[in-house]
Amino acid sequence: MQTIVAYVENKPGVLNRVSSLTRRLAINIDSLTVGPTENEEIARMTICAHTDERGAHRLEASLEKLVDVLLAENISGRSMLERDLALIKVAADQQNRPHLMELIKVFRGRVVDVAPESLIVEVSGTVDKIDGLLEVLRPFGVLEMARTGRIAMTRGNDLLRPPDAASRGKTETAPASS
Amino acid sequence: MKLTGAEILCETLTRLGVRHIFGYPGGAILPVYDALGKSKLHHILVRHEQGATHMADGYARASGGIGVAMATSGPGATNMVTGIATAMLDSSPVVCVTGQVSSKFLGTDAFQEVDITGITMPITKYNVVVSKAEDIARSVREAFIIANSGRPGPVLVDVTKDAQQASAEFDWETCGPKLPPKRVRNNHDQEEFDRAVELLNSAKRPVILAGRGVVLSGAMRTFEQFVRTSSIPVAMTLLGIGCFPATDPMNLGMMGMHGEAWVNTAIQEADLLIAVGMRFDDRVTGDLRTYAREARKIHIEVDRAEINKNVKVDAAIIGDAGETLANLMPHIHSRDHSAWLAHIQQLKGDSAVRDIQSLPDSGHLYAAHVINDLWKVTKGGSIVATDVGQHQMWEAQYYHHDEPRTLVTSGGLGTMGFALPAAIGAKFARPDREVWAVVGDGGFQMTMCELATIVQEKLNVKIAIINNGYLGMVRQWQEFFYDKRYVATPLTAPDFVALANAFGIRAERVTSRKEVVPTIESARSADQAMLIDFRVEQEDSVYPMVPAGKPLHEMIRRPNNPLVETASEP
Repeated sequence: MQTIVAYVENKPGVLNRVSSLTRRLAINIDSLTVGPTENEEIARMTICAHTDERGAHRLEASLEKLVDVLLAENISGRSMLERDLALIKVAADQQNRPHLMELIKVFRGRVVDVAPESLIVEVSGTVDKIDGLLEVLRPFGVLEMARTGRIAMTRGNDLLRPPDAASRGKTETAPASS
Repeated sequence: MKLTGAEILCETLTRLGVRHIFGYPGGAILPVYDALGKSKLHHILVRHEQGATHMADGYARASGGIGVAMATSGPGATNMVTGIATAMLDSSPVVCVTGQVSSKFLGTDAFQEVDITGITMPITKYNVVVSKAEDIARSVREAFIIANSGRPGPVLVDVTKDAQQASAEFDWETCGPKLPPKRVRNNHDQEEFDRAVELLNSAKRPVILAGRGVVLSGAMRTFEQFVRTSSIPVAMTLLGIGCFPATDPMNLGMMGMHGEAWVNTAIQEADLLIAVGMRFDDRVTGDLRTYAREARKIHIEVDRAEINKNVKVDAAIIGDAGETLANLMPHIHSRDHSAWLAHIQQLKGDSAVRDIQSLPDSGHLYAAHVINDLWKVTKGGSIVATDVGQHQMWEAQYYHHDEPRTLVTSGGLGTMGFALPAAIGAKFARPDREVWAVVGDGGFQMTMCELATIVQEKLNVKIAIINNGYLGMVRQWQEFFYDKRYVATPLTAPDFVALANAFGIRAERVTSRKEVVPTIESARSADQAMLIDFRVEQEDSVYPMVPAGKPLHEMIRRPNNPLVETASEP
């Protein structure tokens, strides 16, 4: 699994260009998340893809060739945090609810909704952790699940910031394809 | 100054230095055509929008500038798709302007509406829909920057009809490009650079592989200095032809599927390959597992995504070809490669010294003769646009180009029908130069409607049809790999001479070798278009040939029997 972080223009069609590129390179995406940044003109993507190092290089370099992609970087192998968020609706009745709550606590999940025959757990963490919780919940009956897909950030001084927005439209020379 | 969007478009193109637009009008682009009529821009009415894109492409390739094509929405735009893909695969800077239905109809399946930006997304470097008059100037200026920067490529600007009709304030100073603030990569990697220098200085059997990047970088002079300084022989890709004089002794010629045997053998025996502005296409490498196994590889390339794509390299230097070669040059010490050069000379054997010109006239007319004669008569000074197939390979083998931008051919996409419109574009780019379209009877029939464009524009383009009555290259594959089952390759053609005459173009037919030179000379002497229908040997094949997917050194060599033995030494 390879993780690529990209800063892109926050405008219509950019996601299409990115996904069209992965299709063309025949790279299967495991998860792709997009969210705003502190600059409203720029969005941040985390792309997790099933490919090897060479495929990740191609994806990263090809992404950065897109005019609307300001920066793309393969951060796999670097010291980083990865987080996935899940909402899981589990079947639960009077009898097994306490037992369920105990299990959820172990995984540091939070029960965010309780209904007579089910409850909703919110859990965030690494993919492994969420998969682990899912596994223990499954016997109770997982009725519904929504996951955000991973977001990732490198640790410490390893900063990955978008290019200076003030340089927008400043140069007549630009987007080098490399 | 308040102008309509259509007027802004024409004014912007004019200010960007555009003089020619290849296009075809229609409903959704009509406001622009109305404004065109009042501008100083020269609009060339094509006969099919594919022709418009090829002309713009030919214009760009021959001039080094940007070619502009224009079409209406819907079918006008979709007809451009092949031409856009052709430009994309060969990194050609073409800007296409298409009309689009009014913005209030977008997405409603309105008459002649098509999502052309969606369709062309993977075959353009960038594309954009413009639905406001005030955005037109900025978008077109951005398109021009994108098309011709870094690794060039086509850009499509789709302008809605209401944007063309609406009025907006036009001020050149304030409508400048506002391109996204991209990260500026520091591509210089000292470690890679040092490794490249070390490899260069220690190689015993080096070969330079030169591609179109050398031409696009405008690095011909630097490249030549590099070759002289390093004393390393040069093999060229099809699109690299012209980046280094063909007649130079250090130039081995074209490599790959139809490269001469000694070129491919030299590559397979080399201990170092220096790839400059080329991308190790499958037509160049053959089977990758057996490709140049002895050789370490240096890759000099402007596009980072090309590094290690097909061939894993030992040192990659990302950057402009000219700049990189200039940076490397002071570090080169070792330059005695005489033993290696002598060995390559030996590889040529006697196959290289025989001149096809001196072979006796057997009564057969071979395409190679025609093209070699064309080279001799024009002294290699023409711009030649070729189509795709056998004649394209013979042209690359027998017309020796000494200058960049004199061979205009569709390499990456291999687009049949390219030659005639590309030659028209090239002639507009270089009216001072003689321009020949060398084209097969198959490809010619794909875009021959553009003969009418030649006549309407009173253009002096010479056309040589290499007519063998077959889709020759496909027939050759059927001969070699499908037991001579010629399915769908025998080809009926109209009487090309009568056809040209019907268009109002002078034409002659040549069936024997002795007529070749006089007919070419007569075509050259007239200040008008002329078509020559060369009836060549029907079942001739291009040699040598590396079958697709086979190792580069496993070539099908020229048989002893046919007359054409080898390329002539320039």
